[in-house]
Amino acid sequence: MSEPPMVSFENVTKRYGSLTVLDGLNLTISRGEKVAIIGPSGSGKTTVLRMLMTLETIDGGVIRVEGEPLTHTERQGRLVPANLAHIRKVRAKIGMVFQSFNLFPHMTALHNCMEAPVKVLGLSRAEAEARAADLLEMVGLSNRRDYYPSQLSGGQQQRVAIARALAMRPRVMLFDEVTSALDPELVGEVLQVIRKLGEEHDLTMLMVTHQMGFAREFADRVCFFYEGRICEEGEPKAFFQNPQNERSRQFLRAVLEAG
Amino acid sequence: MWDWAFTLEILPALARAAVITVEVTILGFLIALTLGLALAVCRIALPWTRLPISLLVELIRSTPLLIQIFFLYFVGPSFGLTLDAMTTGVLAVGVHYATYCSEVYRAGFESVPRGQWEASVALNLGRATTLRDVIIPQAIPPVVPALGNYLVALFKETPLLSAIAVLELMQTAKIIGSQTFRYTEPITLVGLFFLAMSLVSAWAIRRVEAGINRRYRR
Ligand SMILES: Nc1ncnc2c1ncn2[C@@H]1O[C@H](COP(=O)(O)OP(=O)(O)OP(=O)(O)O)[C@@H](O)[C@H]1O
Ligand SMILES: [Mg+2]
Repeated sequence: MSEPPMVSFENVTKRYGSLTVLDGLNLTISRGEKVAIIGPSGSGKTTVLRMLMTLETIDGGVIRVEGEPLTHTERQGRLVPANLAHIRKVRAKIGMVFQSFNLFPHMTALHNCMEAPVKVLGLSRAEAEARAADLLEMVGLSNRRDYYPSQLSGGQQQRVAIARALAMRPRVMLFDEVTSALDPELVGEVLQVIRKLGEEHDLTMLMVTHQMGFAREFADRVCFFYEGRICEEGEPKAFFQNPQNERSRQFLRAVLEAG
Repeated sequence: MWDWAFTLEILPALARAAVITVEVTILGFLIALTLGLALAVCRIALPWTRLPISLLVELIRSTPLLIQIFFLYFVGPSFGLTLDAMTTGVLAVGVHYATYCSEVYRAGFESVPRGQWEASVALNLGRATTLRDVIIPQAIPPVVPALGNYLVALFKETPLLSAIAVLELMQTAKIIGSQTFRYTEPITLVGLFFLAMSLVSAWAIRRVEAGINRRYRR
C-alpha cells in the first residue's frame, strides 16, 4: 500500500449559520507539495487553513493528516469526535503563520521561538535556545534575537513568526496571506524566507496568497477557490497561461488589471 | 479645642489599630486579587462555571458589604462557620472585592487580541500554558490602575469592620471617644491617617504600573 497523503480534505463542509462557506471540499496534498490557494475575497481560502489548524470546527466530512483523522478517531469503522490529546498529537504536525503575525508582544524574538519547544516538546532551555537561534539565523535575524516585537518592522516580525512556527518542526506549514499586512518594500524579505523553506523537500506548504507572481514561480500546484469550491486547479504554468474555467479567467484578468 | 497631651496619649493605641487596618487591607486585597483572578480564569477555562459565577458575582455586588460582614459573623455560626471577628472581616472584604476584581480581570482578558489565542493553538500550547504564559501577562498590565483603585476603595471600607468590633482604627477611635468623651482628636487622627495612606498607596500603584509597563513594553 502506498503511503497516505500528507493532508486530505474529504467532502469537508463548513457553515456559518445559513451561509455555506465550504461545500463538500475535496483536496489531497502529498508530502512535500507546495500548494498555492488563490481566489476572490470570501471564497473560503482562510477557512481551509483555519480548519486544518483546528481554529475552526468542521460541519461535515473529515480532514486527515497522514491518514489520521484530525479531529476524530475511528472506532468500529465509525468516526467519533476525538479528545484533546488526539487533536494535539495530530495538530503537532501543522504550523501556521498569520497575516497579522500574532507574535507574543511581551516576549523577545528569541523567547517567542522558545516558548512552545520548552512547554510543549519539553526541550531544555538550552536546547530550545540553540534551536531558536538557528532558526532566527535562517530568517536573517540573529542580531535581533533580544528585541521585542514592537521594536521590529513588520517584515522582521513576520520572519520571527515563521521561525517560531518552524521551531516546533511541523510537517505542514500554513501561510495565510503572510505579506498582506506589510509595506510593499518589506514583502520581498518575507517571500525570500519562504522560498528558502521551499527548498526543503520534506516540508509540505499550503499558502493563501494574492501574489500571483510568487504563486506561479513557487508552487507545485495552484488551487483556485470560488464560492467555497475548488473551481480549477493545476500546474501553475498551465493555470496562469491558459486558465480553463471562465471564473478563473475573470479573476486573473481582474488581478492583472489591479496590478 | 485641640489637646496635644491627649493626642500623644492616644497615639499608641491608634498606631496599634492602624496596623490592624493595614493588615485587613493587605490580607483582604490579596484574597480579592487571587480569588478574583481565579473567578475570571474559571469563566474562561470552564464554560460550565460561567452561570454560577455570574450569579455569585451579581449577588455579592448587589448587597451592601456591611450586611455581608454581619451575615458571615452572626449567621455563619448557624452553618457551622465560626470565625473570629478579624478573620470574618478579612474574608468578607476579600470576597466582596474579589467580585469587583474578577470583572476587572475579565475586561483585561477581553483586551487580549484573539490572534494571541490562535497563535497559541497553532503552537500547540496547552490551555494552562496559554493562560499563564501568553494571556495573563498581557491581560493584567492594562488593568493594574483599575485594580489599584479597588485597593484604595477596600482600604477606605475597612471601618465597616468596627461593626463586628474588630479593633481597627475606627473601632479604636470610637472606644477612646466613649471612654474619654473626647472625639475630636481620635476621629481627626483617623481621618488624617486614611488620607495619608490613600496618598501613599496611590503613589505606590503608580510605581507598580510604571514597573509593569517597563517590563512588558506594550
Ligand atoms: N467567524 C465567522 N462568522 C461568520 N462568517 C464568517 C466567519 N469567518 C468567515 N466568514 C465568512 O466565510 C466566508 C469565507 O471566509 P474566508 O475568510 O475563508 O474567505 P477568504 O477567501 O480568506 O477571503 P479573503 O481573501 O478576504 O481573506 C466569507 O463569506 C466570510 O464572510
Ligand atoms: Mg482570507
